[in-house]
Amino acid sequence: MRDYEKYIRYRTFPSPWCPGCGIGVTLKAIATAFAELDLDPDDIVAVSGIGCSGRMPTFFNTNTLHTTHGRALTFATGIKLARPDKNVIVISGDGDSSAIGGNHLIHAARRNIGIKMILINNGIYGMTGGQVSPLTPQKFVTETTPFGNIEPKFNIADLLMGAGATFVARETVNRMKPLKDVIKKSFLHKGFSVVEVISNCHVNLGRRNKMKDPISMTKWIAGRTVTKTQYDKMTPEEQDHKYPVGLIHENTSRLEYSELYYKHIVPAAQEAAKKGPGGAAFAAQKNTITYRGSK
Amino acid sequence: MEDTKKKNRKVLQGNIIVAEAAIAAGCDFFAGYPITPSSEVAQHMSKELPKRGYDFIQMEDEIASLGACIGASLAGKKVLTATSGPGFSLMQEHLGMGVMAEIPLVIVNVMRGGPSTGLPTKPAQADIMQARWGTHGDHPIIVLYPAFSNELFCETIRAFNLAEKFWTPVIILLDEVTAKAHEDIELPDTKDLEIYNGKTKEIKDLNIYDRNIGENPPRVDFFQGYPIHIDGLEHDAHGWPSSDPENADKMQKLRMQKIYHFLDEIIKFNEYYMEDAEIMVFSFGVSARAALPAVEEARELGIKAGLFQALTIWPFPKRELRERFKKIKKVLVVELNMGQIKYEMERVASDDVEKKSLLRANGIPFTPKEILEKIKEF
Repeated sequence: MRDYEKYIRYRTFPSPWCPGCGIGVTLKAIATAFAELDLDPDDIVAVSGIGCSGRMPTFFNTNTLHTTHGRALTFATGIKLARPDKNVIVISGDGDSSAIGGNHLIHAARRNIGIKMILINNGIYGMTGGQVSPLTPQKFVTETTPFGNIEPKFNIADLLMGAGATFVARETVNRMKPLKDVIKKSFLHKGFSVVEVISNCHVNLGRRNKMKDPISMTKWIAGRTVTKTQYDKMTPEEQDHKYPVGLIHENTSRLEYSELYYKHIVPAAQEAAKKGPGGAAFAAQKNTITYRGSK
Repeated sequence: MEDTKKKNRKVLQGNIIVAEAAIAAGCDFFAGYPITPSSEVAQHMSKELPKRGYDFIQMEDEIASLGACIGASLAGKKVLTATSGPGFSLMQEHLGMGVMAEIPLVIVNVMRGGPSTGLPTKPAQADIMQARWGTHGDHPIIVLYPAFSNELFCETIRAFNLAEKFWTPVIILLDEVTAKAHEDIELPDTKDLEIYNGKTKEIKDLNIYDRNIGENPPRVDFFQGYPIHIDGLEHDAHGWPSSDPENADKMQKLRMQKIYHFLDEIIKFNEYYMEDAEIMVFSFGVSARAALPAVEEARELGIKAGLFQALTIWPFPKRELRERFKKIKKVLVVELNMGQIKYEMERVASDDVEKKSLLRANGIPFTPKEILEKIKEF
């Protein structure tokens, strides 16, 4: 048994993904990162919303939670605040995180809550049959843009940095080792981290845009992959068609949300309570944090 | 004796009573979003929870609030959120997730006039049906509806106990009037309270939802030694997604019957002057508070009226009412809406029971006099 297999829940296979889908590659990259960090499966919780990528946690032999469309980050926020000692991972697609879940994405970034997000961007709503998403490139034909997409896509990395994210990286499913390495690096980051994974959906996006097999679609991704240094030298028009990969932004100076809560809010509230009426009685009280089952 | 009585006697706002009761019940996580007339619950929790080392967070909207509550509940916390009609509408999808995945949750909905932004923030008993059927799909739900200040305290404790015992969302409906008013209350000694702390299942395999109908507890939480899967999809005994019709049928029945097998424990009501009553006034919340003096005045006039005040509004006290309708043949439903429970009463009371209703949704609560006039119409 290879190291990463400890983190795979074989009993729930087969997966719902089409042959050649990049989500499987991402699944292995995440599991390998778990293995290389030697995490206890019970110390991990993987949370997801709805969509093709939303089905991924089912296949992790860790604690897993499959929730509602776009809201995975809200559930993860509750778990992280309740159990700051655990590794809380969110796996989300582009529609799930940037359309219906866009509000939660910017607020998780603003709070800098210690959730590790893997944002699988295949530029389409795959599970519902291929409708346009906020990350679909312009001019692409989808089921709901039969004459081409006229809306510009989000630059999700810029959006996250604007919202205050402290770790933003991008990789593609073509580059397995760098992908695994950057996911591993993000797991070691204390605050909110996002790794955008550029993936292929040849079935629902490629097929309608002259890239009907995984090879042509991954070649298309490879053609748009540039390093950050190369990207920075490009004109805005050129940049629009490229995906800079690697670590894009990292800030380790900001405290993580739950750390800040327990370091600042809890002592401040306790101090105020001691000074208030019945303060002595309060100081004598002992409140321990308990969990259901341990109570 | 006298001293302790005085010490526990306070004048508190209804919202604060609910927050205090939640803390007494062991609530250690609150996530919410501001909305009048419920915001005082969140405000009070933001002071009280951190000083005990517990969690408070104001989320970006009501959807996120209930999401965070579900997450924390799965991590083993006793959770509360508080909102009002429009926010409660936003919570409906996650309420369904709470039912499906069997998550203990307590949601306070301080109702206000609707639909939409409606009459902010005038009283209305507007969300009786939203609480029952707001989320999509077939589901059981427990909805409690306290009216008097001591009930606000006791029913909040009971809501947590029921949520922990039956692994289900429990909704507390409150009136704008009782939530905002400052009232006299004698807080019970914390030692006298019966607090039920949920236990988690002891499992040998990963079959976390495997049980017989009516058996509790149904499952384990996260981080208890063996990784589990929790899903909003219909799932099998392992919690893994399954669309098998036979399994779906079984799981649907398990969820329904874990509530409907325990109606005696869940259904609670108060009766006033009902022993020899010929006219039953059926009401709840602030309307019941107006109906009580109306019934008393009717008695003084020689009219044999009684009040049935529902504390558990869902599941509806159908069996208890049918028992009473064997003798009582006149019923008056008093509710501050356009007739949400009136229709429920039409289903429950047989044709030989004369039914009347006093309905209104203009933001003005009923006076005892108005109810008395209606009683006189029988």
